[in-house]
Amino acid sequence: MITVASTVVDISRVQFATTSIYHFLFVPLTLGLAPLVAIMQTLWHRTRDDGWLRLTRFFGTLLLINFAIGVATGLVQEFQFGMNWSVYSNFVGGVFGAPLAIEGLAAFMLEATFLGLWIFGWNQLSPRLHLATIWIAALATWLSAYLILVANSWMQHPVGYKIVDGKAQLTSVGALLSNSFALTAWLHTILAGLIFGSIMMLGVSCWQFLRGRNVELFHRAAKLALIVAVPVTLIQLSVGNRFGAAVTSAQGMKIAASEAQWNTCQPCGFSLFQIGGFSAQNPNPTVSITIPRLLSWMATGSFDGKVQGLNQLQAQEQNAYGPGNYMPDVELMYWSMRVMAMLGVAMFLIAVGGAVLYSRRKLEKARWFLWIALVAIAFPYFAATAGWILTEMGRQPWIVQNLLKTSQAVSPNLSAATVAASLGVFVLLYVTLGVVDFVLMRRYARIDPPQVGAGGGFGAATGVAEPARATGHGGG
Amino acid sequence: MGLEVFWFILIGVLWGGYFLLEGFDFGVGILLPVLPRDERERSMMFESIGPVWDGNEVWLVVAAGATFAAFPVWYATMFSGFYIALLLILVLLIVRVVSFEWREKRDSPGWRATWSWANTIGSLGAPFLWGMVLANLIHGVPLDYSHAFAGDFLDLFSAYTVVAGLSVVAVFALHGATYLTLRTAGDFRERAAATSSRLSVPAAVLGIGIVAWTVVVAHNRNSRGILPTIVPAALTVVVLILALGLTRTRRSGWAFAATALGAVGFVATIFTGLYPRVLVSNPTFANSLTISNAASGHYALQVITVVAAIFTPLVVLYQSWTYYVLRKRLGGEAVQSPLGSRRKGSELAEG
Repeated sequence: MITVASTVVDISRVQFATTSIYHFLFVPLTLGLAPLVAIMQTLWHRTRDDGWLRLTRFFGTLLLINFAIGVATGLVQEFQFGMNWSVYSNFVGGVFGAPLAIEGLAAFMLEATFLGLWIFGWNQLSPRLHLATIWIAALATWLSAYLILVANSWMQHPVGYKIVDGKAQLTSVGALLSNSFALTAWLHTILAGLIFGSIMMLGVSCWQFLRGRNVELFHRAAKLALIVAVPVTLIQLSVGNRFGAAVTSAQGMKIAASEAQWNTCQPCGFSLFQIGGFSAQNPNPTVSITIPRLLSWMATGSFDGKVQGLNQLQAQEQNAYGPGNYMPDVELMYWSMRVMAMLGVAMFLIAVGGAVLYSRRKLEKARWFLWIALVAIAFPYFAATAGWILTEMGRQPWIVQNLLKTSQAVSPNLSAATVAASLGVFVLLYVTLGVVDFVLMRRYARIDPPQVGAGGGFGAATGVAEPARATGHGGG
Repeated sequence: MGLEVFWFILIGVLWGGYFLLEGFDFGVGILLPVLPRDERERSMMFESIGPVWDGNEVWLVVAAGATFAAFPVWYATMFSGFYIALLLILVLLIVRVVSFEWREKRDSPGWRATWSWANTIGSLGAPFLWGMVLANLIHGVPLDYSHAFAGDFLDLFSAYTVVAGLSVVAVFALHGATYLTLRTAGDFRERAAATSSRLSVPAAVLGIGIVAWTVVVAHNRNSRGILPTIVPAALTVVVLILALGLTRTRRSGWAFAATALGAVGFVATIFTGLYPRVLVSNPTFANSLTISNAASGHYALQVITVVAAIFTPLVVLYQSWTYYVLRKRLGGEAVQSPLGSRRKGSELAEG
């Protein structure tokens, strides 16, 4: 019985992780590319320069190809709480349900409706109103991210609730919405989205340079991408760091695991790289490169700060919550943190390198850099995936920090066979859609941006329909 | 009226909105293999729903989210209990969602045909399963004393629930046809009108049959009196009979209004028959989930009530505006709103 139940938990966890990670491959590009497309359309609106219109349509098409899967997998996200985690849903619904319901009604509805208007409304709306639709859709994606992160942050750092008859009940919506964890997570996520968008725009522009196509046009796109990427990647390093400090106070175990810090230290060095040292039996790495005092500063803001170790935290948690293992997978946490942080630094350096080359008017000729920028399109995907693995698996064994364990949260009526079958179905579907999406994105990132005046039928035929010339600038 | 009852009604309204709106875009998807004569017409059908299907689908997202927030136990039991049905719905909806964006992205007949069929299969399968799922709420599923689902997938199939699924498909197909008569012009519109008048017969037979059957099921399985449930059922019967006549006389605006109310009528009958329960337990009736034993705390309900009071009217406003903006008929010159100035518009198109 116990083995069967834990199998259902394990397969459900794999399924949830698969859907969440997959969903978040598409969502951040929408968060970042939507405002970038809005900016390009605004530039067209202001300057009446057709180059910006061509870029708007070009990147708008990439946005829409990507958006479709984000919408589709968002539905799975919403359903799978109840489907696989009915005990969890029952326990948290009185708190966690509210931000989800509000997200649908206040944000997603806005996003879906106005994106539809943007795609098809070029000739039905005045230019100014049409421009407003993409801005509304872009801002709605940000609002949507905030509300979803309010829900997620409550699992990391529960606030504004009380337990009544074994279930969580909301007591303060203000506390829920102003959860410090949620605000930092939101900032971190929006910046991640802007990194996705600007690194994608930079990489695609560099690809066009490599192929010697549309150089003048993509020079502008690259400039806009760099103007966004340089500050955003820099700020993200600082926000990510601040987020780490917030996590340290709410979820000490997550930080101790991500640093493979077995025993409490003061001051603590930051391990850049290590071999071994990932199990309680062998806590000392055979090889390691450590920067003295850096971890103390990152986790507490002081170079002399104290960071609690895994062993001490384990003893405290056992005292508080009874016997059991309260440590997440230390090796996985350690490397997730490093992949995320190092890619974050790499993307900052690439953005700065691009900006330097651009200012010296060498960007489109520096082929070595163009290749790096093209490859770097993949970086944010790996960084974001690592970040979510850290966030979600670092909370284990809890599904809601200190309130409910994952092992107790699964739907009691499910059999391992049912969940295994559904996992198989989802994986097959995701792989197929992922391949099609990649092929389409690649194809539409290589083509020449549509010429203004070349026609192209209605919206769906060309991704983003062309405004009729007669009305295109009418109200501008 | 307590907030719990208000949220029960509001969730019914959200499902009604979903059936009214996504009902016609499902219907257009169902008609893709039969109505268009060529690729241009097929594209026109896609364009008629292209701007709006996503906004329509969000009504489902909100209905599910509202259930989670207002009735966590209902959400937990229903979604885990109907696991396989919901898995199938998700697969069908996902394939359908991407078909909208991807179909036109490659200029190859095989590619387009693949995504057109994907859309049709999703448009047939998802409403069938939703009809079955909603019917099961009232028909009853095995629940244990802790209100957890204690049955399996096959428990969801009965004559009543399967006919409910088929009825929803039939009514949506008709609803899609009347929508197309409003949104298109010329020869295509004539064919859409002829199709709607042909479809109105099976839709009326099934639609009337299922609401009548629901009154009986509500009485037998949920110990509801005939009186409250028969009111929405009777209204549904009236609008579906009206649809028979209106599709024949080519009064497309009124016909669309009638099929819209027909789609909503099914949901209204189910929810009226369901009250004061949210999920009937069968065979052990005492284990049923009720509005009061499934609801969230009062404070959480107050919070979401304020949010709903602000945003629901806003959503209705800007989505209506969207339909107004996109009122231009496709494939012809006549211009009209899909929801307004109907007679004038139909005269224009016929003249």
